[in-house]
Amino acid sequence: MSATFVGMPPFPAAAREKLADAQLRRNLAHATSTIRARRAALVAEVEASVDGGWEALRVAGAEAKDTALRSLDRQLLRLEETLTANGATVHWARDAAQANAIVAALVRAHGADEVIKVKSMVTQEIGLNEALAAEGIAAWETDLAELIVQLGDDLPSHILVPAIHRNRAEIREIFLRAMGEVGRGAPADLTDAPAVLAAAAREHLREKFLRARVGVSGANFAVAETGTLVVVESEGNGRMCLTLPEVLISVVGIEKVVATWDDLDPLLRLLPRSSTGERMNPYTSMWSGVTPGDGPREVHVVLLDNGRTRALADEVGRQALRCIRCSACLNVCPVYERTGGHAYGSVYPGPIGAILNPLLRGVGHSDQIDALPYASTLCGACFEACPVRIDIPRILVDQRAKIVDAHRGGLPTPEAVAMRTAATGLGSARRLAGGERFTRLGLWFARRVGAPAWTSARDLPPAPAESFRRWWKRTDGGRR
Amino acid sequence: MFGRRRTAQTDEHGQTEADGLEPAVNAREQILADIRTALSGGSGPAGSAPAVSGPAPAPGTAAPSSPASGGPAFSSASRPVARRHTVDDLIALFAERVADYRATVTHSPTASLSDAVAAALPAGASVIVAADLTVAVPGALVDDGTSGAADLDRIDAVVTGARVAIAETGTLVLDHGPGQGRRAITLVPDRHICIVRADQIVADVPDALAQLAPSVRAGRPLTWISGPSATSDIELSRVEGVHGPRTLIVIIAT
Repeated sequence: MSATFVGMPPFPAAAREKLADAQLRRNLAHATSTIRARRAALVAEVEASVDGGWEALRVAGAEAKDTALRSLDRQLLRLEETLTANGATVHWARDAAQANAIVAALVRAHGADEVIKVKSMVTQEIGLNEALAAEGIAAWETDLAELIVQLGDDLPSHILVPAIHRNRAEIREIFLRAMGEVGRGAPADLTDAPAVLAAAAREHLREKFLRARVGVSGANFAVAETGTLVVVESEGNGRMCLTLPEVLISVVGIEKVVATWDDLDPLLRLLPRSSTGERMNPYTSMWSGVTPGDGPREVHVVLLDNGRTRALADEVGRQALRCIRCSACLNVCPVYERTGGHAYGSVYPGPIGAILNPLLRGVGHSDQIDALPYASTLCGACFEACPVRIDIPRILVDQRAKIVDAHRGGLPTPEAVAMRTAATGLGSARRLAGGERFTRLGLWFARRVGAPAWTSARDLPPAPAESFRRWWKRTDGGRR
Repeated sequence: MFGRRRTAQTDEHGQTEADGLEPAVNAREQILADIRTALSGGSGPAGSAPAVSGPAPAPGTAAPSSPASGGPAFSSASRPVARRHTVDDLIALFAERVADYRATVTHSPTASLSDAVAAALPAGASVIVAADLTVAVPGALVDDGTSGAADLDRIDAVVTGARVAIAETGTLVLDHGPGQGRRAITLVPDRHICIVRADQIVADVPDALAQLAPSVRAGRPLTWISGPSATSDIELSRVEGVHGPRTLIVIIAT
C-alpha cells in the first residue's frame, strides 16, 4: 500500500479541501454524534454508581500514568527484568528506523514473508508496514477499520476507527474491488449491511489467521511489576494475532508502562467508556512473556522512544504522554468533526494529534507540524473529555509560543507588524483617542488592501457611527 | 531548550545504522540517559522529579477548567480507589450486564450443569473442552494441546469455566487455569459456553484485579470477555460477531 501522509499540505490548506467534501462531513457528523451520546450515557452511569463519580476515576487514571512517567527509567528497567524473567526478549529502539529494522530482522530470522497485525497506533507512527514491504514482507491489518483503510489504499483518519470517514456503501465498494487481490474475495452478493460487511471480513481474514507464523502488535499498557502486556480490542482479531502465531512481536512506546498491577484499575475503567462508549470492550488480552503450551513460543517486546523523551523534557507538554489513545478528544472537537482526520497529516489527528506531533517531533522545522497547534478554537471540550486529564488547550497555547519562538529573527511577518502597531496604539490613552478618529478609514483600508489573508475566513466588524469616548462626551455617560 | 540534547537523534526518515539487532544495547543506554536528562531538567520539588500532572481536585469535586501549573506531587500509595456503591444482588446485575452485550444468560443449579450445557449446544455440534473441566459434556473432544488452529476451526463449540466475573461490566475473566484450557480453544470455535459459579462474581474491576493478581504473578495469560466479539468500525454502529466466537452463552451456576 502506497498511501502516505508525507508531503501533505499544512492544516489550513488541507482542511479547506476537506471542508468541501459534503459526504465526509455527513459521515463524520453521524459517527461522532453517535459515539458522543454513548460515552455521555456511560459517564452519567459512573457518576451515579461509583463513589467520587467520573472525576475520581479521571484523577486516579492521571495519577497511575504520572507515577510511571515520573520514574520512567526505573519502570522500564523493571519491565525489562520482569519480561525477561517471563521468557520474553526485550529490544530497545530510539527511533522508527531502529524499531522497523528489529522487527524485519526477527521476521526474516523465522523465514516468514508475512505477518498478521493487531491494530496499533505505534506501528503506524513508525511506518512499519511500509518498512516490512520494502523487505518483501507482507503485513496484513486485521482490525476491520484498518482492513478497510489498507484495502482502500487509504489513510487512517481517526485513532479508534481509522475508517470513520467511510460509509457503508463505500466500504462495500472497497471490499468488492480489493479483497480478491490479496486473498479470499468478497462474495458477489455482498450488501452494505454492517453485519454482512463484518462477515465478509471474517471470511477474508480467517485463512490469514490460521496460517500466520508471526504476529505483530502494540500494547495499551505494559505492567512493570509483573511483566505483563495488555491489548484492549473488540473483534477478536487481536486475540487471533496474540494467540495463534508461533512468534509474537510487540512494539511498545516507552510511555505505555504502568508501575503496578493495581494501576490498571482506573485505566481499564476509563478506556472503554471513553473510546467506544462501552462499559467494557469485548476482549482484553493480557500476557506475561511465554506460557508453555499456550500461545506463541517466542515473545519479543520492542521498547520505542521515537520522540517520547523529547516530549518528556517539555515541562508543560509531558502530560500528553499520559494519553491512552481513546480518541474521546477527537469525537468532541468542533474542528475535527468538520475537517476529519486526514487534514492533520498524521496518524495522530484531532486535538491530541495537534499536541503530540509537535511534542514528539519538535517545532520550527516543518510547516506542517507548526500549523497543527493552531488547528483549534481552544474551546476546551477536549480537556473535559480526556479520561486522563490532559490539559490539551494549555499545551496548544504553549506549543504556539514555542513555534513563534522558533521563527524569531529575520523579517517580521505582517501579523507581527500589526500586533506591534496595536501594542503601541493601545499602550496610551492619548494615542488610542487619536487613533480612534481613523477607525473608519483603517477598516476601509484593511478590507481592501490590508489583510485579505485574514478577512478571507473572518469578518471585520463595521465601523461604529461614533467612538465610545465621543458618545460619552456627547451624552454625559447616557444622562443627556 | 529541549532540542539541544537531541542532536544525535536520527529523524524518522533519516539515516540509521540499524540493520539488525546490533544497536539495541546502545539504544537502551541512550534512551535511559535521555529519560534521566528529561526528568532532571524540571523545576519540581527539590530532590525529586517534577510532577507530571497539574493539581487534581479531590475526588467528587468538579474539575477546574484550567488548572494552574506546579501542584503537589501525587503519591500512588494514597490513591483512593473509586468503588462501586454496594449492590444487593451481584448475580442479577451481572446477568443484566452480560445480556446487554447480546450474550445469552441462563441459570442452573450446580447439580444439573450437564443438562444446561447440553441445552446450550445445537444438535450434532462438535465440542471441545479442557481436560480438567468438572462438568461432564458427553461426546466432547478433550483438548490434549495437539489440535492446531485449522483443527479447532472445524469444531463448533467450546465449554469452559472462568476464573472471575465482574458484575458492573458484565465481564468474564479466564486465567486459563483449571477447566478453562489454553487460549486458542476459547477463540477459534464459533460458540463459547462459559460456566460461572455465583461465588465467582465480584462487584467491579478493582475487586477483579485483586482476585486475578495471583494468576498474573504466576505468569498466566488472562482473557477478559465482555459479550460476543463485536465491531463498531462501520459508521460506529455495533455489530456482534466478527473474529472471536459469535455466540456467547453464560451459564450461572447456583
